[in-house]
Amino acid sequence: MGNMKLTLKIWRQAGPSAKGAMVDYPVTDISEDMSFLEMLDVLNDKLVREGQEPVAFDHDCREGICGACSLFIDGRPHGPSRHITTCQLHMRKFKDGDVIHVEPWRSGSFPIIKDLVVDRGAFDRIQAAGGFVSVNTNGNLVDANAMPIPKPESDKAFDAAACIGCGACVAACPNSSAMLFVAAKVSQYALLPQGRPEAKERALNMVEQMDKEGFGNCSNIGACEIECPKDISLENIARLNREYLGASVAKE
Amino acid sequence: MAQQGLFGTSLAKKYWMALTGIFLITFLVVHAGINAMIFFNDGGVTFNTWAHFMGTNLIIRTMEIVLFLGLILHVVDGLMLWKQNRAARPTDYAFAKHNANSKWYSRSMGILGTLILLFLIVHLWHFWVKTRHIAGTMEPYGVDAAGQENLFALMADVFSNPLIVVVYVLGCFSLFWHLLHGFRSAFQSLGLNHKKYNGAIAFLGAAFAIIVPLLFASMPVAMYLGWVK
Repeated sequence: MGNMKLTLKIWRQAGPSAKGAMVDYPVTDISEDMSFLEMLDVLNDKLVREGQEPVAFDHDCREGICGACSLFIDGRPHGPSRHITTCQLHMRKFKDGDVIHVEPWRSGSFPIIKDLVVDRGAFDRIQAAGGFVSVNTNGNLVDANAMPIPKPESDKAFDAAACIGCGACVAACPNSSAMLFVAAKVSQYALLPQGRPEAKERALNMVEQMDKEGFGNCSNIGACEIECPKDISLENIARLNREYLGASVAKE
Repeated sequence: MAQQGLFGTSLAKKYWMALTGIFLITFLVVHAGINAMIFFNDGGVTFNTWAHFMGTNLIIRTMEIVLFLGLILHVVDGLMLWKQNRAARPTDYAFAKHNANSKWYSRSMGILGTLILLFLIVHLWHFWVKTRHIAGTMEPYGVDAAGQENLFALMADVFSNPLIVVVYVLGCFSLFWHLLHGFRSAFQSLGLNHKKYNGAIAFLGAAFAIIVPLLFASMPVAMYLGWVK
């Protein structure tokens, strides 16, 4: 057991249409070795024992690869450290006596379901609009490694594919823009030969869906790149801008 | 609104913002270059020669219309982006550390642009409206040493008021911050992001954002203080 004492200011909201508010929760006996989510587990354990409603928050793998955890912690997506998700944030980053604000992602396109849980279905719908390659799976699949791809190109594609779709880019962006996410998803295919045949439709359709979901417009502020747990580069947004421009001009 | 293509979509708005922005940047070069002729300190003769050329040349007068269209498109597009971007986050954060991940001027392009627009209204009134559309404005200023219409004298008259000098310097400050983000941003919006050139674009953008507004601001100040006669 640790001995940190903290005051948490957490957004509580009973349901999608309920009115929410920031509520203060003192927590004690927090170890600096706990992850932020484990600290919230301690709080929820206490709340349940006291017969109160626990704080709802998203989490799954708790090792930084699934993209489920979110949380706007102490004014920043996934908290104060760079290149990590909330589950990888440890309490040693905070000091005894700290007051920590914990809020859900704020975006009209990510409606709140309950407390800190938001509906990121908009990302799924953008992905479904073009984030794939159409492959014939009728038993005549070509081995993926049969096509030689230069290492620098495959590295770039892999860097873009590292996006876990957590939504920190949208949460960080003053415009609530989803461009870094869409740019990563477009780029991971645009950089590979398998993705080229559908590249034009992909860029046009994914951006169309992004606009339909009501995300804001990118104005190259760059907050997304700083807050992205997977260090997705703004180069990808430039690539999407090129892909979309080319597709708009050349699409038949 | 179109759902795909080069009009109405979110990316189209960015392309138009970037293209009109770069166009307005090229205008600033011409404008600053010609106005800097006052620094010949020859009683405005060189400046008046150029001003006369700009005011009468058919190609320049046609470009003036294109310039106004470009400016209007830049302003309207910017206001549409501003409105949409604000609407995209109906409930704001109770506590956010924006400075941890971005620059204040990058986040304030709408406000900076509005300040520049307000300045432009004052500026256009002082020179463009008065000289082109109000008859008799130039009469009290007579002619210069070379017998040309004396726009230089009008300039000296306008900038004899310290309050106007302050407004112009503040306008140049807004322009400085607006360009510091806008110049580089225009290239990114058009997809022009490459490791080989990013350093050069960032340097050129910062240099432009400093030099051009500084040059503009130096004009009313120099005239008010009597450095240029």
